[in-house]
Amino acid sequence: MKYQIKYSGYILALAAMSFIFIHGCKEKGSSSKDKMIVEAPGEDKNGAWPKPQSAMNGIDIYKNFEDIEPIFNLENDTTYIINFWATWCKPCIKELPYFNEVDSLFNNREVKVILVSLDFPDKIESQLIPFVKKNQLRPKVVVLLDGNYNKWIDKVSPEWTGAIPATYIYNGKQNRLIGSSFENTEEIIAVLEPFL
Amino acid sequence: MAFILFSFTGSQKLFEKKSDFKDGIEIGDKAPEFNLKNIDGKKYSFDNIRDANGNKPKGYIIVFTCNTCPYAQANEQRLIELHNTYASKGYPVIAIQPNDPEVKPGDSFQAMKKNASEKGFPFLYLLDEGQEIFPKYGATKTPEIYLLDSNRILRYHGAIDDSPRDENGVSEKFVEKAIEALENGKQPEINSTKAIGCSIKTA
Repeated sequence: MKYQIKYSGYILALAAMSFIFIHGCKEKGSSSKDKMIVEAPGEDKNGAWPKPQSAMNGIDIYKNFEDIEPIFNLENDTTYIINFWATWCKPCIKELPYFNEVDSLFNNREVKVILVSLDFPDKIESQLIPFVKKNQLRPKVVVLLDGNYNKWIDKVSPEWTGAIPATYIYNGKQNRLIGSSFENTEEIIAVLEPFL
Repeated sequence: MAFILFSFTGSQKLFEKKSDFKDGIEIGDKAPEFNLKNIDGKKYSFDNIRDANGNKPKGYIIVFTCNTCPYAQANEQRLIELHNTYASKGYPVIAIQPNDPEVKPGDSFQAMKKNASEKGFPFLYLLDEGQEIFPKYGATKTPEIYLLDSNRILRYHGAIDDSPRDENGVSEKFVEKAIEALENGKQPEINSTKAIGCSIKTA
């Protein structure tokens, strides 16, 4: 009984928040491109967002881990949720809607969701791009092609075994590696909450 | 607001609990026993596994792998070559499929048989029925290799080489180097590596 009340309270709050954000989104929709350009210098102030080697349909592609490494060490007030996934990874695909929802719920907070695709190089154009379009992923999607995994997995987190899905959450004060999949949005928020 | 915070905390506790299992073996530990069904229908354990010459192995290349993971698929040919090179020298490959076939039908016993026959696996391909073995080893993904010596002591754990996704990019063969070290009575210089892999599927 107690749980039910608590839960319905949560749902109500979630619904209210979604309502606000859905409307917030509409206004932003038209100027999303401008927003990206405006946002860049702001991030430069506290550590530059790394330039990719190439891009395809607006998705940045990084060849080596060193090139993308700065996104794991940005020092500002934002909490970054960095999820490692691939289009062929079923449990990864399953949790993407939850990341979409978190991205939407925390849209006006200091939270940024980044989806790092580990899709194989020959599948970027044929699989990843159509997938991102079809599923209207809200968070920023980037591609990391570096196949010398042993060199970089520990740089993300020594706690990470290399299994995907995996999610690294950090801000200037703390970090955490979640080496398993999330079953719902609530689970992501539960992990995120101590960072805020 | 207090409401929300309260429920966040509650669900976080649940979440911690769920992912809070860290068992498994470390370098130098003795590897757990198993007795698992091979695709030929027979059961295999350390008591009856032999090398290519019918002798008790000098070491065991145990690999948790499956049919469905692209990284596992990318390693299949390399595992075949590894077995063909080293089984006669005393180091057979023993593949164990850890995924729950209920969750991943492409990794059912039938599918394992089919994949093994199509690819011509020369090594044992065992099913971790009931999924009791992979947690004892601490395996989390496919593919994941555990190289044991003749006494079943773990000597190397990790990836087959430094380019698991693409064989053309290999510059360092971790498993081969580790076996050569054991052959020379030495400990592998690199005894632990990491690679991206597919999380082992459980219900």
